Amino acid sequence: MNATLAAFLYLIAAVAFIVGLKRLQSPVTAQRGNQLAALGMLIAIVVTLLVTEILSPWVVIAGLVVGAAVGGFLARTVEMTAMPQLVAAFNGFGGGASALVAAAEFLKSDALPLRTDITIVLSTVIGAVTFSGSFVAFGKLQGLVSGQPVGYPGQRFGDPLLAAIIVGLSVWVVTGGSPLVFWLLVLAALILGVVRVLPIGGADMPVVISFLNAFSGMAASMAGFVIDSNALIISGALVGASGLILTNIMVKAMNRSLTNVLFGAFGAAAMEGGPGAIGDKPVRSATADDVAVTLAYAGSVIVVPGYGLAVAQAQHNLKELANLLEERGVDVRYAIHPVAGRMPGHMNVLLAEADVEYDKLYDLDQIQNDFPRTDVALVVGANDVVNPAARDDETSPIYGMPILDVDKTTTCVVIKRSLSPGFAGIDNPLFYLDNTLMFFADAKRAMSDLVAAVKEA
Amino acid sequence: MADLVIPITVFVLAAYVGFEVITKVPPQLHTPLMSGSNAISGVTIIGALVVAGRGDSTVAAVLGFLAVTFATINVVGGFLVTDRMLQMFHHKKDKP
Repeated sequence: MNATLAAFLYLIAAVAFIVGLKRLQSPVTAQRGNQLAALGMLIAIVVTLLVTEILSPWVVIAGLVVGAAVGGFLARTVEMTAMPQLVAAFNGFGGGASALVAAAEFLKSDALPLRTDITIVLSTVIGAVTFSGSFVAFGKLQGLVSGQPVGYPGQRFGDPLLAAIIVGLSVWVVTGGSPLVFWLLVLAALILGVVRVLPIGGADMPVVISFLNAFSGMAASMAGFVIDSNALIISGALVGASGLILTNIMVKAMNRSLTNVLFGAFGAAAMEGGPGAIGDKPVRSATADDVAVTLAYAGSVIVVPGYGLAVAQAQHNLKELANLLEERGVDVRYAIHPVAGRMPGHMNVLLAEADVEYDKLYDLDQIQNDFPRTDVALVVGANDVVNPAARDDETSPIYGMPILDVDKTTTCVVIKRSLSPGFAGIDNPLFYLDNTLMFFADAKRAMSDLVAAVKEA
Repeated sequence: MADLVIPITVFVLAAYVGFEVITKVPPQLHTPLMSGSNAISGVTIIGALVVAGRGDSTVAAVLGFLAVTFATINVVGGFLVTDRMLQMFHHKKDKP
């Protein structure tokens, strides 16, 4: 195959990616869009195998077989609740691959043009940071590493120093550093990824995953500059744009800046704000029967799911409860806060898995004005996204974050294991309101108890 | 450096197209968007194949093998899991 034909086929692959992404604009066309993008990828891979002179076929075949087996296995067996950590891991693999490609290019010859050296360094550093950062995020989401912020003494000075070392080593590599210097650079970038993600708390993971997604795209794009491939540059840029857009949406939904999340003062601020007198104030605690009656005789219910729903794997039980209520003529809808769960859109996927029709899922903007006209808000495993302090209390660390106005419904039912504050460590005045019923239970247990109780009601 | 102009042009235009297309993806599809775009970033596999096929030294072979493996996990896993998710959205009854 000649090079011009190959270039055209790569262009077709890139167009398939763009059209594929465009079809993700509607749930109706989304699956076809993804398949189109996969077809584009297949074209790119086949063309590459045909135009490249493969001297060591077994290395290539072994990599493809092992990678396909591992990737296929993970994709088929993962629980929908574990999607954030899976995407984090895939991000890491992608970033790692880009760094490895750049590394192999660097080691190939020692007389590379300056522009190649620069792009190799960029691809390596971004790829390596993505790799190590993503696997730390994976560890946090999987519960292998503490979900709490973890730092090291002197981090305020250590991190800038590390960044300076990376810049220094990069310049050295570009101006003719040895492979040893190059490997030191890789090591420093890997360490940077670890120490930058460790201090970020579990609740900020949606931002981190989106940002690492953008990084994996940037790494791929830089690798495209290294090997002179437009297909890689285009695809990497698309993914970089996607990751940045999602990062921006997540950050806005928390009323924070990216710098604030990544270099977080949040944990500290929350501690200073202090949870106050948790447990001293009276709450209205309800039994499954109380809640069942409230729900069964309501005209309209808005369900507000949060990470607790995912942890308890209660989405199917929730759907069963919703079915019972709908049979009784109750209007049931779902309000999804942008940062509910551990990645953008996490709750939508869980509810889709439980067969909830997607036209019953509403964004914050779409449903916010309906709360005052709604009989019951059912909050399942969500906390900070329904905290009225974010709206009313200027001294609250989360003041200004958009919340779902569940306190404006006639009755707000909160299902929660205890009164303990959420990840942010902030007390929630919602729990102590007169129109709030607290139902203390694990989300799954609560749902199955409610199903039984509604059948009786 | 002059030969960087064209790749940078391609990059900037592609990023612009990306912003235009992806801004319109609804929040309910953000997880599949992320896993799907993530699979697309695995296109670095074409670089990995070139590197792995060159067979110039043991170190290069190891790097190449790892690069192909990582990129393939990213590509195969990413597209399959996105398909699995979208399947769930897919068979819902649409708005009347």
